[in-house]
Amino acid sequence: MINYIWAFLILVSIVVSAFTGRIDQVANAAIKSSNEAITMVLTLCGAMCLWSGLMKIAEEGNLVKVLSKLLYPVTKRLFREIPQKSQAMGYIVMNIVANILGMGNAATPLGIKAMEELDKLNGKSARASCAMCTFVVLNTASIQLIPANMIALRMQAGSSNPSEIIVPVWITSFITLISVLLCAKIHEKMDS
Amino acid sequence: MNVITLLSNLAMPVVIFFIIASGLMNNVNLFEAFTRGAKEGLKTAYNIAAPLVGLMVAIGMFRASGALDLIVHAISPVCNFLKIPPEIMPLALMRPISGSASLAIAKDILTTYGADSLIGKIASILMSSSETTFYTITVYFAAVSATNYRYSLKSSLLGDLVVVFASVAVCRILFS
Repeated sequence: MINYIWAFLILVSIVVSAFTGRIDQVANAAIKSSNEAITMVLTLCGAMCLWSGLMKIAEEGNLVKVLSKLLYPVTKRLFREIPQKSQAMGYIVMNIVANILGMGNAATPLGIKAMEELDKLNGKSARASCAMCTFVVLNTASIQLIPANMIALRMQAGSSNPSEIIVPVWITSFITLISVLLCAKIHEKMDS
Repeated sequence: MNVITLLSNLAMPVVIFFIIASGLMNNVNLFEAFTRGAKEGLKTAYNIAAPLVGLMVAIGMFRASGALDLIVHAISPVCNFLKIPPEIMPLALMRPISGSASLAIAKDILTTYGADSLIGKIASILMSSSETTFYTITVYFAAVSATNYRYSLKSSLLGDLVVVFASVAVCRILFS
């Protein structure tokens, strides 16, 4: 599938840019994006090391176990086939906690590690496991408790009450989260 | 407001504090465990680099081609019919594709229409209730062997559609 999406994006870009007169911009974007990707990996590298290191401590201490137990009512429904005590579940739990607390630069490294562990459980198959799909879908929805960046931005823009969006954001995020998870779970049922 | 900023700033130090403290109490060989984990992190970063270059190039090209503007133009009658303010459509379409570009659009909307206008509020809520779908899918699947993502893209994109309707509806109900 990724083959088709990849080809589609690139081919459509080139065809459209021929009509919009942006062919040079598209060429530049190709080079610029490849640089950006590496810059991103380098930026991520430090956070990756930091959080993988801290995660090892959290695993060998008791923290992951305690948090896993706390989140178990949720995770057992979402990730039925993943054992509660597996490393994968540990990373999933820590990723969810980081996301709720709005620690984006911790959530991504932890999420990537979770995917690696899920890949091992999936026997490195070319077909994504249901747990992988659920996990990725969960991460494409927002479960952040406090939208701090947006509040700061609103304050900058001179809002009289920058934080009044918090409750509406909770409602909107919740509606979105439920619909994506339902969609994923329905597909999961249909596939099996 | 200050309380919220304080809480957000506290999240990371507090989490790190609890990790180290719980490690210390459980007699973990702290520094050795940390470096062992950090090395794994380095390997992961190396593994995701190549797939990330491939996908970000495709997304970057798509963004630069102007295909998005064509789509905004094409669906504007549908938006009018559904009572979605057309001003937020560029944001709604850019949100799943690029975090930095959508943030720039959101900033622009806030300064043009005002942070406390209905459009400004919808943009704020839309921005905060969603994630950069393509980035997340790209980065996460870059770390695994799977090339068949099954229903994950479809489900995530449904979310990007739902969040537009939901933010407009919630805003209209709560603020007008």
